[in-house]
Amino acid sequence: MAGDHVQTFTDGNFETSVLKAGGPVLVDFWAEWCGPCKRLGPTIEALATDYAGKVTIGKLNVDENPNTAVKFQIRGIPAVLLFKDGAVVESVVGLAPKEDFQKAIDKHL
Amino acid sequence: MSLRDVVIIGSGPAGLTAAVYAARANLQPLLIEGIEAGGQLMLTTMVENYPGYRDGILGPDLMADMRAQAEKFGTAIVQGHVTAVDLRVRPFVVRTAAEQFRAHTVIVATGASARLLGLPSERALMGHGVSTCATCDGYFFRGQEIAVIGGGDSAMEEAVFLTKFASKVTLVHRRETLRASKIMQDKARANPRIAWRLNTEVDDIKDTGQGVVTGIVVRHVETGERSEVPLGGVFVAIGHTPNTSLFQRQLEMDGNGYIVTHDGAKTSVPGVFACGDVQDHVYRQAVTAAGSGCMAALDAERYLEGVQSIQPPPTTTSPS
Repeated sequence: MAGDHVQTFTDGNFETSVLKAGGPVLVDFWAEWCGPCKRLGPTIEALATDYAGKVTIGKLNVDENPNTAVKFQIRGIPAVLLFKDGAVVESVVGLAPKEDFQKAIDKHL
Repeated sequence: MSLRDVVIIGSGPAGLTAAVYAARANLQPLLIEGIEAGGQLMLTTMVENYPGYRDGILGPDLMADMRAQAEKFGTAIVQGHVTAVDLRVRPFVVRTAAEQFRAHTVIVATGASARLLGLPSERALMGHGVSTCATCDGYFFRGQEIAVIGGGDSAMEEAVFLTKFASKVTLVHRRETLRASKIMQDKARANPRIAWRLNTEVDDIKDTGQGVVTGIVVRHVETGERSEVPLGGVFVAIGHTPNTSLFQRQLEMDGNGYIVTHDGAKTSVPGVFACGDVQDHVYRQAVTAAGSGCMAALDAERYLEGVQSIQPPPTTTSPS
């Protein structure tokens, strides 16, 4: 299943799973009530399969995890941030084609 | 590469209704969703004027139902974005980043997208306080003061919706009178959390230096007086532009870039049909989009029947 590679990030595990993780981590900030976020879901799942073993890819529900969303000044979703060594190195806000995410990721591999 | 009778570009009510009709006519349509899959209804909450749903239905739920219905009858749905079309060759060519399709008929249902003010600061601060989707982003402005730019129905609707989160919503419109329907105006005017700045243009959004919205610079149209309004968010609701850049110099368009249709859903190229907001800047409703999607599919079906009947028999098998 494509979805198996997609991790779930929370306020609780963000520090260890994203900021202190080795290698790049892609985080999709989303919410249940956001239509475009749902449409982006399959793209994120496909990326997680394509980059399995190379990039950690996961989702963070902003409703359930408000602290992380505030910390990274998320003001619009879907927002996809790429972290490397604890810092944001790329961000894509709004719907975008899969190729845009690939380009952003490939720069940091 | 596959050859199809019908390729539909777009997955809003127009595209999906065309798919339902084409699939039920056994035309095995292929539908390419596009980035903004589901169309503008994905950005709405409760839809109360789509016939049959007497208690209303959520926009995203309505689109999920339409998609499931199109799939049930055999529509192949592709999750890609069309990057190029060639309507000068037969069969037509439709390309995504990953694939190429050929089609005897093409139904264009690419819809319209939110128009922006065109300020450099607006683009720079998109997602950092500037938004075109109140239902997506209103949540992040709890307790803050924000502005809604625009004077139409969607501006009124967004302003009212945003008062659920924001402490104050300032509605900025460049004219004295609103374009919005009376019922929507009344709703907005009755809301004590909405303040009005009419006859007012937005000259700039602050603050690109900080990378987050801190205010807007507005100018009164008549007096020319400029002032800065401190606020945390700006929602732009000034209408839509048709998504027709793919078809430039291939299909006839009007002065605003909308595809011109005639005799139903026919475009300037025989075999290419258009439906929904990409060819309609007047009605722009889910139900009119769906209705025109039905027309496009029926027109495509008739076109295919006509094309087949005038095809000459293959010369190799004809007796001499």
